[in-house]
Amino acid sequence: MKLRILALLAALLMGAAAPAIAQTAPRAPSVAEEMEVQALLRGGSIQGRITIPDEKAATLIQPEGREWREFHNITLAWVGGIAVLGMLAILLVFRMTKGRIPIEGGPSGRTIQRFNTLERANHWMVASCFIILALSGLNLTFGRHILLPIVGPEAFTAISQWGKYAHNFLAFPFTLGLVVMLLIWLKDNIPNGRDIAWFKAGGGLIGNEHLEAGRFNGGQKMVFWITVLGGAVVAVSGYLLVFPFFFTGMEGMQLSHIIHSLLSVLMIAAMLAHIYIGSVGMDGAFDAMGTGQVDLNWAKQHHGLWVQEELAKGRAAAPPPGAKASGAD
Amino acid sequence: MARMKFLLDAERCIECNACVTACKNEHEVPWGINRRRVVTINDGKPGERSISMACMHCTDAPCAAVCPVSCFYTTADAVVLHDKDLCIGCGYCFYACPFGAPQYPRLGNFGSRGKMDKCTFCAGGPQADNTQAEYIQYGSNRLAEGKLPLCAEMCSTKALLAGDGQIIASIYRERVQRRGYGTGAWGWRTAYRETVAI
Repeated sequence: MKLRILALLAALLMGAAAPAIAQTAPRAPSVAEEMEVQALLRGGSIQGRITIPDEKAATLIQPEGREWREFHNITLAWVGGIAVLGMLAILLVFRMTKGRIPIEGGPSGRTIQRFNTLERANHWMVASCFIILALSGLNLTFGRHILLPIVGPEAFTAISQWGKYAHNFLAFPFTLGLVVMLLIWLKDNIPNGRDIAWFKAGGGLIGNEHLEAGRFNGGQKMVFWITVLGGAVVAVSGYLLVFPFFFTGMEGMQLSHIIHSLLSVLMIAAMLAHIYIGSVGMDGAFDAMGTGQVDLNWAKQHHGLWVQEELAKGRAAAPPPGAKASGAD
Repeated sequence: MARMKFLLDAERCIECNACVTACKNEHEVPWGINRRRVVTINDGKPGERSISMACMHCTDAPCAAVCPVSCFYTTADAVVLHDKDLCIGCGYCFYACPFGAPQYPRLGNFGSRGKMDKCTFCAGGPQADNTQAEYIQYGSNRLAEGKLPLCAEMCSTKALLAGDGQIIASIYRERVQRRGYGTGAWGWRTAYRETVAI
């Protein structure tokens, strides 16, 4: 503030001195230019008074827009491109070197319930919202370079317009799903000592060590916390963007966009790995969120402690129809 | 071709807002949209200046650089225009614009924006010149009629100049030399990366 006043004073002095000097040589830097330069140097904006109700219009010049442009066009494009393509490359290399992770000893034919209907329904609500939010979001940064030349301007605008509506509306079920996820899965996702051992051993993916894990292993807990915590920040910054200038001013809007977009591309990269390992990357994994029933051998391999707990509760392995309890005859 | 620019001589602007009114009337700009506005800095203090500001039709325009659907284009007269049929109302141009020029009608869900509207330098839009379609979307196209922007034409003190950059700069230079001082060409350094050499 003090700096601003000083700069203003200096500018005014120069302006006042100008007429006297100017009679001979009108060379003195002018007030406006001086202020503009000063404001640019400080990275500040030039504010004034306005007679229309739109408060934003009182900002005469905001040089911060230049940094935001730099972020949007260069930083975000690079970070997003490296995060998404880099993760795809890592997964491809992983697939080629390690192949699909099999069930040790093959499927047993007996199953155990891993996720109930509420858990699966909520997972797929969040997942489907996330995929559309991710695609419509990526489209805003990369679409004009990739999709626009292919489909042409009219079709690209139609896609982007629908993407914008979808992005705005799906934010709500996405956030609701995150809250439900937090409530139903928090108790199984508290980090503990086994997770440290799990990460040290490279999650049993890089090494071949057999690792004990409860309902969720270290990697799954990480996915959970990335989703819940990352999702919370993305949601809050997203709501600031979807209600423009309602809660914050220009700087807040630019900052919200920066946080929202950076975190989003990182989350997309993380979710690519999650999608890979939950589908084509591992035998028997998809059933957990598909039917909810996983093979007992798969469960023992990846979540041995959880299987023990479930068996102790007597929930496991529905017997074949018609089977009688031993000693019932 | 000319390189069209605006130049505001803050020594002359009396904050009468005639430019704002002229613009609104000429283009039938809806409520809540201001293609041009007058900002007063140091109000009531020594060094008070009023500056009429609109889209400056920048060289290397930030709005065009960040637009996710690439709806901006620059005419042969260096006027920065956009295609409302392509705009999706994302608001990015407003975050990037140094002058706060892009305006959005508020419609639809939440605070979501309609298609962006801004000063066209009275040059209409991509529709055929001086058609009804062009008028409804972008306002009148005075440039196509051989006229300059109405805001500057209406300016009673001729504080606001609009036209070829070299011509308006020479008018301004003459003024500064005659009266011995000037407050500079507002926004020129930001918009055109140059200023008026006196």
